[in-house]
This record gives sequence, C-alpha cells and structure tokens, in this order.
Amino acid sequence: MNEQTVAADTVVAGSANAGVPAASTSPALEVAGLWKSFGDLQVLRGIDLTVAEHEVVCLIGSSGSGKSTLLRCINLLEPIDAGRIIVEGNEITAPGVNVNRIRRRIGIVFQSFNLFPHMSVLSNVTLAPRKALGMSKVQAAAEATALLERFGLADKRNEYPDRLSGGQQQRVAIVRALAMKPDLLLLDEITSALDPELVAEVLNVIRELGRGGMTMVIATHEMGFARDIASRVCFLDQGTILEQGSPSDIFSRPREARTQQFLQRIIEAGRL
Amino acid sequence: MSVVGPHGPFGNRRPLDSGESLRSSGPPPARKRFDSAAAKSSSIALVSSVVVFTVLAFIVVNAPGWPSVQQYFLNEHWFWYSLPKIVDAFGVNVRLFCTAEVLILVLGLLIAVMRSLPGPVFFPVRLIATIYADIFRALPSLLIIFILGFGIPGLGIAGVPTDPFLYAVVALTLVYSAYVSEVYRAGIESIHPSQEAAARSLGLNRFQSLRYVIVPQAVRRVIPPLLNDFIGLQKDTVLVSSIGVVEAFRESQIIEGAKFNSTPYMALALIFIVITIPLARFTDWLVARDRRRFAASAR
Repeated sequence: MNEQTVAADTVVAGSANAGVPAASTSPALEVAGLWKSFGDLQVLRGIDLTVAEHEVVCLIGSSGSGKSTLLRCINLLEPIDAGRIIVEGNEITAPGVNVNRIRRRIGIVFQSFNLFPHMSVLSNVTLAPRKALGMSKVQAAAEATALLERFGLADKRNEYPDRLSGGQQQRVAIVRALAMKPDLLLLDEITSALDPELVAEVLNVIRELGRGGMTMVIATHEMGFARDIASRVCFLDQGTILEQGSPSDIFSRPREARTQQFLQRIIEAGRL
Repeated sequence: MSVVGPHGPFGNRRPLDSGESLRSSGPPPARKRFDSAAAKSSSIALVSSVVVFTVLAFIVVNAPGWPSVQQYFLNEHWFWYSLPKIVDAFGVNVRLFCTAEVLILVLGLLIAVMRSLPGPVFFPVRLIATIYADIFRALPSLLIIFILGFGIPGLGIAGVPTDPFLYAVVALTLVYSAYVSEVYRAGIESIHPSQEAAARSLGLNRFQSLRYVIVPQAVRRVIPPLLNDFIGLQKDTVLVSSIGVVEAFRESQIIEGAKFNSTPYMALALIFIVITIPLARFTDWLVARDRRRFAASAR
C-alpha cells in the first residue's frame, strides 16, 4: 500500500515538476484566463484565480457578476469558451479528460439543495460513493452514517427530503458532497434559499469544515460570514475579479470605487 | 340579472346566511346548514338523474325497432349461453395485453431514453427513435396487425413462426411502445435540469444519472398516463381477431354466426366494462392524489 502511494507520488512529481513534491507546489485550484458567455451575454471575461490547499476563498459581488457561473465552470457543469482550469497540477479543461473522474474530486453544493426527492437521506448520500466509486453498500452506509452523525443528521437518515427543513436539506446536500471525499468544495450561495433563522446552522457546518482544513470556494451574499471564514475575498464585477485580498482589506479598506459602492449598498441593506 | 346576481341564484343569499348563523350561535349550526345544503344539492341531482334516465328508457323501449333489438342484442338465454364461452376466450386477451404491456413498458422506455440522449454523437440514435415513434403513431393499429400477421408468415421463410398470437403481441407492442415512449419522454423532460446537474456534479456519468436519478422520478410522474395507455391496449386486443387469433371478440362472432344472435357482443361489452372501469377509476384517483401532493409540496 505504502509503496504504491510512493510510486504514484513519484509519477505525478516527475511528470509535473521534476524533483519537487507535487503537493507543495501545485495549488489546489488554478483558473487562468477563463471566458464564458451564454449567447451574446458575456458572463466571465478573463478570470484568473489561484486557490492554495486549505484556503477558503469567498466570492462576493452583485447578482449577475458571474460568481455562480465561475463555480459551475470549475466543476465542468458549463463548457468554457477560453482559458484553463487546473486542479492539483492537472489541467481538467484539456481535451480527452474524463470529466466524471474530475467531478468526483470537486464537490459542489447548490443554492436550491437539489437533493434527490425520491431517495431517503441515506440513499442521497450513498448513491455517488456506491455507483461512481464502486464502494460496497455496507461501507458506503457506514461512512454516510458517520458523516450524518457529525453534522447532527443521524436521526434523519431514513427520512425523505420533503420531510426536512431547508436548513436540514442543505446540510444533507453538504454531507452528500463530502461523502465523495472531495479535494475541493464549491459552495454556490448555499444560504440564499433559506429562511433567515436556518442560515446559522448551515454556516456553522461550513465553519467547521474550514477549521478542518477543507479547501473551499464560496460564492456568498453573507458578508459577515465571509469576513469570518475567508482567507481571501474576491470581489467579482462584470465577469472579472476586480479586487481581492484579505477580508480586512476588502471590507475595511476597499481600493476600487466599484467595491466601495457594492459594500456601501450592503451596509445600507443592513447585511454587514 | 339583479335577481340572479354574480354568483348564480344562491350566490347573494348564502354568505348572508352563514354570517347570521355565526353571529347567533357559532360554528356548529353553520356546519349543519352546510350539510343541509349538500343534502339538498344531492337530492336535486338524484331527481334530475331519475327524470333524464326514465325519459331515455321510455324513448328506447317505445322505439319501433325495440322488440327486435331486444331479441337480437339483449336476449337473456343467449347471454347466459355465451358468457362462459366468452369469459374463457377472454383469457387470450388477458394473456395478450399482459405480455404486450411488459414488453411495451421496456421498449417504450428504451425509445424514450434514446430520444433523450443529448449531443451530436447520438444524432443517429435520436433519429432512429424519432422515426420509429412517428411511423408507429401514424399508422392505424389494425393496419400494422394485418401487415405483420399476414405479411411476415406470407414470406414463407423457413423457421419463421406462423403463430398469429405471436404477431399480435409484436404488433401491439410496436404500436403502443411508440405512444408510451412519448409519455416517458414527457416525464423525463419534466424533471428539472438541476437534478441532472446534481447527479453529474457527484461524478455519476450520463447513464447513471438517467438510471438512478432522472428515470425513477420520471416514471413516478407518468404512472397515470401510462395506465391510460394500458386501458387503450386492453380494448385494442380485439383487433387481433382479424389475423385469426381466437380471442373474446372472435369467439363472440363465432357464436353469433352459429346462433344468429348478437347478444354475445353485449356479454363481451360487459366484460370490458368490468375490467376497465375500475382501472380508469384507479387512474383518476392516482391523478387526484398526485395533484394534492403537488399542491402540498408547493405550499
């Protein structure tokens, strides 16, 4: 087992960066010159973004600035027009790449939960490990139960999604993504569809994941949360990353006029 | 105009009534009044039904041809004579529609999935499925039963079976799979794209997404229309009598020919009513239940 791991590491290191361990040099995610349009509408116009391992990057910006599209592109749910996306040294946008294998390493959680309504909570969580990873039913159930317990959902394992609150549904969706043991987790405005009193339980889960060292890219309108959890905040405006920096830089000393304007509106709305 | 009011003859009276009863003695009398209104409307329905059907029966019974119709279509003796024979022959229809239905559910789903495959690579697959569904919905069932039932055995190729029952199953399967595939396809397309996005984002491939996420939800949604097509199939089994399958309709014809009496057809009609009406009611019940569930989940 150990020998195999070592051998695999050597191959990766050898092919990517001779002599240097791959993990320490390759960022978890690298997006370079990403362009994406829907018909005539240019949504992303040259995005460059690098995310180091264990980093939590929050994407902020008004609706339509391209946050969700960027996340969907990283997960290859949207075909891109130009640019490159590199995950741990492997270019996933290269032709001939097996997109299913890529997606297994990148989890995404959606604004609208998108749980499978015809399956119990447990089946929602175990479906992908069983069918995409070939895990046995028993092992998948054991791992899923452990995850559900960790996030306070053990008693819901046999419920169907429509019997759960929005907050519980979203936590199940997070567990479902985590069950694939992703290297990178993308969160697409995961609290926007929740009643205000349910937001905290979901954000607490994300905080815990952040403490555990999960690499995450989070599109969010929750500025207080972004200031708390982010190692870096990126302000997206009209399809580009206009400004990025530490939370204190972005929220206390924004340089760009558009960023100041955006934050001013957020403060006026009482959300920061 | 001013007498009837905007809500019909009772529209301007009822709210006043319930308001009065609420003021005077609270909800129970209001409920009682509602019950009496319901009783009143059902007794009106009863009286009007009795009147209408009595008039209809009177017209039919006093028609000039009634005695001979009664003799040839509603003859008690020939009814009890033919019923057991036809029930017996109806077993062939049952075997036919049960066998065909299983094949239809499989082939219909296959065609629907073929038509739902995206991307330019699958264009020929989509084309084949589309042509299939178009042609078999365009042709009358009877014509297909004839073409297959007489045409293929008529080729005289060695080893090709000649059993008309087999061709009956094949013909009905081909015709109904075309309809059923459209029902499935509507179901598949009614599943929100976010479900597929969720499945694909977890690393499931396109086939796995269909197999475990899209199709199970789609099938649940289309069970009522599928049952409707099943009722149609049951009735269409009589068409295969045309290629020499001795089923219930052919049996009725045989008795009619021998006894010069058409009552066997009425016996067969009764059998179909007994078989299909419960299924139709069940389908309606399922539709109503789904509508309630949808209303509940969309609250």
